[in-house]
Amino acid sequence: MSNILVFTHQQGESLTPGGREAVVFSSRLASSTGGEVRAVLLGSKSEQSAKEAIACGANIAYTVDKLLLAEYDVELYVNCLCHVFEQTDADTMIVSFDRMGKDLVGRLAARLNASAITEVVDFKTDCEKLTWIRPIYGDKAFGEYQTTRSKVVVGLRQKSQNVTKFTEHHGGEIIPLEYAATEEEMVIKLVVKIQAALSDVRLEDARIIVSGGRGLGGPEGFSELQTLASLLGGTVGASRAACDAGWVPANLQVGQTGAVVAPDLYIAVGISGASQHLAGITNAKTVVAINTDPESPIFKRANIGVVADCRTVIPALTEKLRKVLL
Amino acid sequence: MHIVVCLKYVLDPEITPRYFQINPETNRPDHSDSDMVLDSFAENALELAIQLRDKTPGASVTALCLGDEDSEEVLRRALAFTANAAVRVWEEDWEELDGLPVGHILAQAIKTLGGAKLVLTGYQASDIEEGLVGPVMAEELGVPCVTRVSDLELVGDQIKASSEAEGGYTVVSVPSPAVLTIISAETNVPRLPKVKDIRLARSKKITLFERDDLHLDSERCQPGAKLVKAYISNREVNCEVLPGNDGAELAGELADRLVALKIL
Ligand SMILES: Cc1cc2nc3c(=O)[nH]c(=O)nc-3n(C[C@H](O)[C@H](O)[C@H](O)COP(=O)(O)OP(=O)(O)OC[C@H]3O[C@@H](n4cnc5c(N)ncnc54)[C@H](O)[C@@H]3O)c2cc1C
Repeated sequence: MSNILVFTHQQGESLTPGGREAVVFSSRLASSTGGEVRAVLLGSKSEQSAKEAIACGANIAYTVDKLLLAEYDVELYVNCLCHVFEQTDADTMIVSFDRMGKDLVGRLAARLNASAITEVVDFKTDCEKLTWIRPIYGDKAFGEYQTTRSKVVVGLRQKSQNVTKFTEHHGGEIIPLEYAATEEEMVIKLVVKIQAALSDVRLEDARIIVSGGRGLGGPEGFSELQTLASLLGGTVGASRAACDAGWVPANLQVGQTGAVVAPDLYIAVGISGASQHLAGITNAKTVVAINTDPESPIFKRANIGVVADCRTVIPALTEKLRKVLL
Repeated sequence: MHIVVCLKYVLDPEITPRYFQINPETNRPDHSDSDMVLDSFAENALELAIQLRDKTPGASVTALCLGDEDSEEVLRRALAFTANAAVRVWEEDWEELDGLPVGHILAQAIKTLGGAKLVLTGYQASDIEEGLVGPVMAEELGVPCVTRVSDLELVGDQIKASSEAEGGYTVVSVPSPAVLTIISAETNVPRLPKVKDIRLARSKKITLFERDDLHLDSERCQPGAKLVKAYISNREVNCEVLPGNDGAELAGELADRLVALKIL
């Protein structure tokens, strides 16, 4: 059957979490549909990441070693990935639909005259037909899609794959490829990059998240959540309503259009649980909801529910846990 | 300077889950109980377009929508926001299009309008949420694209755009013409149109483009993917609601549970 080209971006000398998920997903796909998984790495010093891609299931890792490609540039990456796709015998390209994937998938598909499917979480192969599965309507529903063109570019939703389960796969080959990248291709110039130095732990990596919503009533409520989160060694998140109200910065937003998280514990305080918010916590292990309204949809997703005013619960909870934990 | 802003008419994303139904025959949501609205990120894009126009002498904004007659509603809204012109593109058999053909058709419509220095669109529409139209349009128009932009500014021939990045944000400078896809931010909260403008908008002209008005590539007008099945996602969990209503007592109980879970 056909081969899969998977774009595995690297961060330092290892794959990004999205890149790793994309290889694991591709190798699951290849075991159903046949064909080989071929990873592509752009930049320099990709030896280590190429080995990691092979360990995650790639049969071949192509490396395009070029200093210009070390920093992500959308135009350059689109040009280079199209060039590699056309050189290699593949008809499916898998890209993590992370910040970069959001730039790349539509561009690649239009350029390659391929079909495009984004936010894919799974696939199935009934009756010889490959069907892609993705959430639609703010995660209120799932849609199953079949493509109509001979090639397809797939954007894989972040945190949709279980990467811990992959069986180490050996025997793969690293093949260097050439691409004559030039500075003229880089039309978008970076003026400034601002790193949000808000919390010590990135939401995506946090094991414990205490998240607040409109029910907190104002920014003050968030400092209480911060105290609780620090005590638990976790970090603070928020609903879109809280971010839009300006109580916390936008990069704390959890959800479909915010961070997709997978903590062991997610405490939702004064959050109603709109489908777009729940989309960000699909893979949270234990969800605790603190909300005054027992009818709030958050209780349909929570494992433990507390129906009470968060202004009375949070200080008492922090107090109690401080005694137990410290 | 001509700014085009692409708008989509969608099912109200804030619909109560209870009322959200999918018709198994059509695989589409049942619209009878729900409102249709202007997509929220597209509305942020519209707000930015109007702000930029008002700061730029000689600039104009055209609102563009691919949709049936009902979707003129969003164009009227754009006119009430004081957009200079409104264009609807439609053909009977365009019901099932995904982001690729939509990007092609919109790009051809922009060319027919004589091009644009800046094309703004929502980052993704809140119904199917593909996030494809902006990047596809950029490819079709042969111009650069910046996605997830929250704010922008014109500096000579360049557009300075703030866009969300991994763990923070970046400011980039991009030559015009360009396509930008917009997300919500404090700087682009949609205005409340004035009553006078809403009234005026009702009588303004909406231009209609049909297939024959555009130079379309019939192959690129074909959908790249087809929705074969849709169903409500049921991720309901059995929630153990702790008994009682005294916040402090419940907090004690909750603390015990959390400790017992051995996560802390
Ligand atoms: C295209 C699109 C994308 C979106 N993306 C996201 C996203 O990524 N993330 C996201 O979060 N949202 C997103 N939303 C918004 C989402 O639909 C909801 O509007 C939002 O999540 C609501 O936030 P909230 O739960 O904080 O506020 P509300 O819905 O206002 O809920 C507040 C809750 O607090 C409770 N409450 C009130 N007072 C108290 C109190 N004293 N103690 C305890 N509880 C109290 C109330 O009972 C209520 O349940 C998106 C929407 C659209 C249209």
